[in-house]
Amino acid sequence: MINMWEQIRMNRRRSVVLVILMAIVLMVLGYAIAEGSQPGAGPFGVLIAMGVWLVMSLVAYFQGDNILLAVSGAREIEKKDHPRLFNVIEEMQIASGLPKMPRVFIIDDMALNAFAAGRKTDKAVVAVTAGLLGKLNRDQLQGVVAHEMSHIVNRDVLLMTIVGVTIGSIVLISELFLRGFRFGGRGAHSRRYQSSRGGGGGGNIMIVVAIVLAILAPIVAQFVYLAISRRREYLADASAAVLTRYPEGLAGALQIIGGDPTPMARATKATAPMYISNPFEKPGVRALNLTSTHPPIAERIRILRGMAGAASFHAYDDALKKVRDKKAGVVPRSALQADQALPIRPPHTDDAPDPRMRMREAGDLVRQMNQFAFIACPCGIKIKIPPDYARPIAVCPRCQRKHPIPTATAK
Amino acid sequence: MVPLYIVLAAVVIFFLWLGATYNSLVGLRNQVKNAWAQIDVQLKRRHDLIPNLVETVRGYMVHERETLDSVTRARNVAAQASGAGVAAQAQAETALNQALGRLLVTVEAYPDLKANQNFLALQEELTSTENKIGFARQFYNDQAMQFNNRIQMFPSNFVANSFNFKLAEFFEIEEPAERAVPKVSFS
Repeated sequence: MINMWEQIRMNRRRSVVLVILMAIVLMVLGYAIAEGSQPGAGPFGVLIAMGVWLVMSLVAYFQGDNILLAVSGAREIEKKDHPRLFNVIEEMQIASGLPKMPRVFIIDDMALNAFAAGRKTDKAVVAVTAGLLGKLNRDQLQGVVAHEMSHIVNRDVLLMTIVGVTIGSIVLISELFLRGFRFGGRGAHSRRYQSSRGGGGGGNIMIVVAIVLAILAPIVAQFVYLAISRRREYLADASAAVLTRYPEGLAGALQIIGGDPTPMARATKATAPMYISNPFEKPGVRALNLTSTHPPIAERIRILRGMAGAASFHAYDDALKKVRDKKAGVVPRSALQADQALPIRPPHTDDAPDPRMRMREAGDLVRQMNQFAFIACPCGIKIKIPPDYARPIAVCPRCQRKHPIPTATAK
Repeated sequence: MVPLYIVLAAVVIFFLWLGATYNSLVGLRNQVKNAWAQIDVQLKRRHDLIPNLVETVRGYMVHERETLDSVTRARNVAAQASGAGVAAQAQAETALNQALGRLLVTVEAYPDLKANQNFLALQEELTSTENKIGFARQFYNDQAMQFNNRIQMFPSNFVANSFNFKLAEFFEIEEPAERAVPKVSFS
């Protein structure tokens, strides 16, 4: 199964090399800690490090998307709940040649964000916040969805999971060791044991190595992780522009997202790289921040808007080089080779409901998720009854008509 | 005998290459077919939606019988053209696009219709189906391009020629017609 969208994932040798390097760091760390604590225990330490890594990988691989969805408070919806979102996602599924329609989730949050999950292309998940549905028009929503689907097609979800797990293992092991050392645990104990024996020179050197590694490795690993994450964001932006043939859709969406101050309620640092924009980005940050999972929004917008006249990887790469003032682009050569000069399509004028209707639609969706009951009053008002409404009758605020509350409020 | 080994090795490598190239060409051809099937699914879906649309609209548009009939006629022609080849189908779809475009312009004059829930739902479906056809066409053309490149480029062109692989046709909707579809703007 190689279609032109898969070109990007074929050329990610650099990412693979980085993962291998991080795995080596993890093993050396395990070796140094064990050898420093107890001479000769080095290989055993490597085994423990690999064991930790393996367990975390298995959990992340098989349960990663479920954990992510549970942590973000996302709930699955069906087509009838929001036909427009479903249609936009299906359009992008067709454009990207994804074998199956992703499952669609709504996050009950008025902040503007979205994420994708799913380690395989046929197990994909796309989640958007209710705020996003309310604020974006169809073209912008399409841009965001295309960005998220690109993460799936480019296999970023899988890559970031592996990288994340490796870093997690490094951090975990370093943290345990340093803590034990500081509070006179096993590390300190064996050091005393070593020096009383008098001949523990090798162990002493090893323990210094272990301490230095335990302090430095997590920091370096996180910088590597963030660098990979930012690179994959650029790539997903490029893919989205090519998929939709309309860079302005995503650019406009990013502008709205960047200008919105509502913070994400339930994002965590671990889930940050999966979102379309960094849930922790402070408004007005312009310079490239080395501690951020995403490139600055303003820069992403400038690159997308700088794609001169063509919706192609070439155009994106050229715009990126110009905006970032760098010689090196981010798009892999294999994708550039398969590239075609594609014209940018005109915007859709068929923007479904007007902004106020859109907001109301999104609000109703959230209320429905939260088991509100809806009563359509003949005067044209839709009365929304919260699930904890206790009285048996609701009065219409406009025409004062009385409505009995339906007993079964469950959806 | 060393030279014999070399000749044998060369023959084996040649056949391995031949097999691999042939298989990848077949794979690409199947993908092109698959991508075409995707367009077909969406075109059929549009053909299914149009009678619904005409029925919903008919109650409101008593004076537009001619426009409605021309949509229905174009729809029937397009439905029959499916399976008649890429070029014929593209032509029939172009005609359908034009008829639909005219209908959608007349809808503007009926505010009641534009507030009808049923019509709004149909509008969303039709808009999206239109987009899906566009994206399926885009994907098909990308795949066809990739397949054609392999057929024409050295060295896979030898394999393609000897096993009679044919170039895939691109699905083009004529430019003026493309513009005549006012991007299904009901609003």
